[in-house]
Amino acid sequence: MITLTLDGVRVQAQEGETILQAAKRAGIRIPTLCYLEGLSPRGACRLCLVEVRTWGGRLVPACATPVQEGMEVVANSERLRELRRAILEMLFAERNHICAFCVSNGHCELQDLAAELGMDHVRYPYRWLPFSVDLSHAKYGIDHNRCVLCGRCVRACAEVEGAATWGFSGRGIFTLVEADLGEPWGQSKTCTGCGKCVQACPTGALFEKGKATSEQVKRPAILLEITERRPRA
Amino acid sequence: MPRLRVATVWFSGCSGCHMSFLDLDERLLEFAERAELVFSPLVDPKEFPDDVDVVLIEGAVGNTEHLHTLLEIRKKAKVLVAFGDCAVTGNVPSLRNPIPREEVLQAVYGPEDPPGLEEGEVPKLLPQALPLHAVVPVDLFLPGCPPSADRIWAFLRPLLHGQTPALPASERKFG
Repeated sequence: MITLTLDGVRVQAQEGETILQAAKRAGIRIPTLCYLEGLSPRGACRLCLVEVRTWGGRLVPACATPVQEGMEVVANSERLRELRRAILEMLFAERNHICAFCVSNGHCELQDLAAELGMDHVRYPYRWLPFSVDLSHAKYGIDHNRCVLCGRCVRACAEVEGAATWGFSGRGIFTLVEADLGEPWGQSKTCTGCGKCVQACPTGALFEKGKATSEQVKRPAILLEITERRPRA
Repeated sequence: MPRLRVATVWFSGCSGCHMSFLDLDERLLEFAERAELVFSPLVDPKEFPDDVDVVLIEGAVGNTEHLHTLLEIRKKAKVLVAFGDCAVTGNVPSLRNPIPREEVLQAVYGPEDPPGLEEGEVPKLLPQALPLHAVVPVDLFLPGCPPSADRIWAFLRPLLHGQTPALPASERKFG
């Protein structure tokens, strides 16, 4: 067993566990977006940044950092609140995350995080770049304007379904998740149409066809249910 | 105690926030005890008065008239509130922002000399519909599309009693 300190509270954790897992068990809330139980951690969104006092105040993603004996971690502070809010604002400024006309309005992790972290407006200028919408798949659609590039769809497809249809293309703010080598999703030779990517997606980027504003409810917990029911490779 | 001088303004928005304001129903009586509505689409005056204590502005800044009015209001109002998602984020009116202004106007009014392209009988359309805080400093933000009457009241009531509103997370949601 490893003993560490989280926000001044002594917490016990198993060797190999992450700061996020230890915090969860101790009832300490750390906001996350790209992390999803059942999938490997990626540390992509940086919302779970915590400050490790014993590492000179270094900021590390709680979801992807293993615990260490004697570690002192700050999970919630004014500095972290401000950083997390700024990260969230950059996500909102980058693409179209306007809730009012989104399929996921009312059931969206990004929308909930904004409310939780007190993001009452976006201080950065909006970019208002137009991205495409791919409706070529028989059952599902992808709206890149709503995508936060968390990669939960990519990991769900590769790690749980085993199809590895999704991947990233492009760089920086022009990065897109794309099926196979960039052909329309409906023409993908590897997609099984299982829909795990849709359930894993935290926003309205991936959705079931026929869903109108506010109608798309996701079941991200299904990824953990599936992986727990079977041994992982 | 003198009544608070409150104004409401309607820019580029659907007036849903004002409809929601009217949904305050009997709470409007308590509002009227504490405040005087000195300027609003809901009352007669045509000129924005001086010395306004609180102004609620619905809608994005979509054209030159909104722009000029907003700059005037900022000088005359003590507390400026971005009232609803269009004022806070640009929301639905900002859907046009990735599309050039000329294309938007021609798609709506036809290819020949559409109104709003230049200053004329209707104000010139701005290249993009902007949230209020992109133009002037905003003091308080009230999100929602539209904010419900309950949310508006949770926000307004403290203001009427000289306090700063602090909404819980559930009442801060966009959309």
